[in-house]
Amino acid sequence: MTKMNEAREEEIRERALKALDKKADYGPDIDLSSFVRSPERLEVKGLDDLPSGVREQAVMVGVRPDMKERAGTYFQLDHSVLFSGVSKYFDGGVEFISTIEAKKRYDWFSKYLWRAVQVDTDKYTAFAALEWDHGYFLRVAAGKKVTVPLQSCLYIYRDKLDQNVHNVILMEPSSEAQIISGCVVHPNVSRALHVGITEIYLMKGAKLTFTMIHNWAEGIDVRPRTGIILEDGATFISNYINLKPVGSVQTYPAAYCNGENSTAVFNSLIYGDKGSVIDVGGKIILEGKGSKGEVKSRVIATMNAKVYSRGLLVGKREKTRGHLECRGLLLSDQAFIHAIPELRGETSGTELSHEAAVGKIAEEAIYYLMARGFSEEEAVSMIVRGFLDTRIFGLPEPLQREVDHAIDIVLSSSL
Amino acid sequence: MLALEVRDLVVEVDGRRVLDGLNLEVPKGELHVLFGPNGSGKTSLILTILGLPQYKVLRGQIILNGEDITFLPINERVKRGIGVLFQNPPQIKGVRLGDVLKKLAKDETPMEIARKVNFPAFYLDRELNCGFSGGEIRRCELTQLMAQKPSFLLLDEPDSGVDVENLELVGSIINELAKGRSGILITHLGYILRYVEAQRAHVILNGKIACSGRPIEILDHILREGYWWCDKCKEMRGD
Repeated sequence: MTKMNEAREEEIRERALKALDKKADYGPDIDLSSFVRSPERLEVKGLDDLPSGVREQAVMVGVRPDMKERAGTYFQLDHSVLFSGVSKYFDGGVEFISTIEAKKRYDWFSKYLWRAVQVDTDKYTAFAALEWDHGYFLRVAAGKKVTVPLQSCLYIYRDKLDQNVHNVILMEPSSEAQIISGCVVHPNVSRALHVGITEIYLMKGAKLTFTMIHNWAEGIDVRPRTGIILEDGATFISNYINLKPVGSVQTYPAAYCNGENSTAVFNSLIYGDKGSVIDVGGKIILEGKGSKGEVKSRVIATMNAKVYSRGLLVGKREKTRGHLECRGLLLSDQAFIHAIPELRGETSGTELSHEAAVGKIAEEAIYYLMARGFSEEEAVSMIVRGFLDTRIFGLPEPLQREVDHAIDIVLSSSL
Repeated sequence: MLALEVRDLVVEVDGRRVLDGLNLEVPKGELHVLFGPNGSGKTSLILTILGLPQYKVLRGQIILNGEDITFLPINERVKRGIGVLFQNPPQIKGVRLGDVLKKLAKDETPMEIARKVNFPAFYLDRELNCGFSGGEIRRCELTQLMAQKPSFLLLDEPDSGVDVENLELVGSIINELAKGRSGILITHLGYILRYVEAQRAHVILNGKIACSGRPIEILDHILREGYWWCDKCKEMRGD
C-alpha cells in the first residue's frame, strides 16, 4: 500500500470514528449495537449448494442462481462471498469481484472509496467504513457493451445480523452495462440491519442501468447510501423496486451530473405494506452544462405504512433541465404518503419542474372494470398492478420482462 | 319474451331524483333507442341498469331475462349478460387495452378484435382511455364489448365524437354485436341510426318515458320540432 493510501485510510478511519453517533437526516434512528457482527460462517461450496429456500428467494428479486442469461454474478450471503465471476463471453472486459479483494489487488482502487459517498455522512456510513463486509466491485472496460444483465444478490441468512456492504462500480469511457441487484432476507430472520454503500463512477460516454429489487421483511432495517458521479455524456438510470413489508428503509441517493450533457434518472416503484417506514427518493445535482435529470416515483401505501417520497433537483449550470414526478396511491386510511419534491435553481439557464399527486383509487375506475365483469378485488388488483407499470422506466425489453416477473411474484402474495 | 323489463323505477343520485317512475320493456332480439334532452335521465337509466352504487333505487324493479337484478352488484349483472358502452369512461393509467381484452376475450385474440375497429396493433398497448380522442374512446369501448359478447347492450352515445368515416364502421359493429341480442342505445342527433337497425324508440322527459314509436319517425319529429313535440305525442297517445 502506498503512503498516500495509508494516510487517506487513516483519515477515513478518523472521520468514521467521529461520525459513529451521528444520526441520519431522515428515517428512524437505529441502535447499531443491537446486531450481531460475527456470524457463524456458512459452509457453502457454490450457488448449487445454497441452503433450502435461498435459491427460490433469489429468483424473486431477479437473481438467477443458474446464472443463465447473465453476464456475471456476485452472490454474498451474510458476510461471505459465495460466488463472484463473469461469463466467458465477457471475460477480460468485465471484472466482478469483492471490494475487499479489489482493494488487495489494485493500489488505485482506494481512490474510488468514499469519494461519491462521504464516510461521515451519518453513523451508518461510519459503521460501514469501520466494519466492512465485502460488497462487489464491478468494472466494465472502456468501450465494452455488456448486452445481458449482470446480477448481484446480497442475502441475509442469520438472525440479528448486521451486514455492511460497500459496492463500487467503475464504468470506463463509452462502456455500457445493466445490473440487477437483489437484496433478500431468509424467512427465519426476525431482525437485521443492512447498510449498503454504493459508489458509482461513470466516465465519459458510459451508460449504466441499475435495477435494484428489495425484498426484505418486517423487522429488517435498511440504510443504503449511494453516490453517483457522471462525466461528460454519461447516463445513469436507477430503477428501485420495493414491494415487500420492511421494518424501515431510508435512502436518498445522489447523482452528481458533473459532465456536460450527462443524464441521471431515478425511477422507483414502492408498495408500502403493513407497518413499513419507507423514506426514499433521489437527488440530482446538475453541475455540467446541458445535463439532465429526472426523478419519477410510483408509491402505494396500504395498512399502516408510512412512505416518504423525496426528490431534489439542483440546477447549477445553464441549459440544464430536470423534472420530478411523484404519484401516490393510498389503499388505507391508516397509511400515509408524504411527497416532498424540491427544486433549487442556481442559475437562470436551468429549467426545473415537478408534479406530485396523492390520492386513493378512483371509484369510477373500479366500477368501470367491474362493468367488464371483473370482481371488485380483481379490479383493484388490475389498477394497482397498472399503477406499478414498469413501462414508465423505459427498460430494455428483456430486463423489463424480468422486472415484471419479479413484481408479479411479489404482488401475487401481497394483494 | 322480454329481455329487459323496467318497472316503475324511481332513482336518486345524491338526493336528486333522476328517474321518476320509469317503465320500459325491451323484447328479446330488439334494439331500442332512447332520445331525450340533456339531463332527462337517459344515462341515469343505463347506469342504474348497470348498478352503479350512487344510483339509489327507491322503488321499482329491473328484470333481466326474467330475473330481478335490481340489487345485484355490477359484476354479477355483467355475468348475467349486461354490457355497457360508456359515454365518458374514466382514464385508467397503467391498465392497457390489450391486457383487458386478453382477460375478456374467449375465442378471439386482442389483435383480431382491434383489427375490426381499425385499431393498429400499438393501440393495444395504450392505457385505457388515456389520451384517446372521442372517436377512439368509442372504438376502445366497442373492442371491449366485442370481447365480452354481452346478451344485453347498453350503448350510451356510441356516435358521439365519431367522424363521418368511422360512423359507418361503428354502426356496423353495433349491428354485429346486436345480432340476435337485445339492447338500449342512446343517441342525441341520431346519426348512428343511418347505420344501425333499431326496432323502437322512446323519449325520456323528466325521468320517465314520455312517448314511444318507430325510431326514424320520432327522430324526424325531434329534429324538426324539438322535444316540446313530445307533449303533443302524449296527447296523441291519450295520456
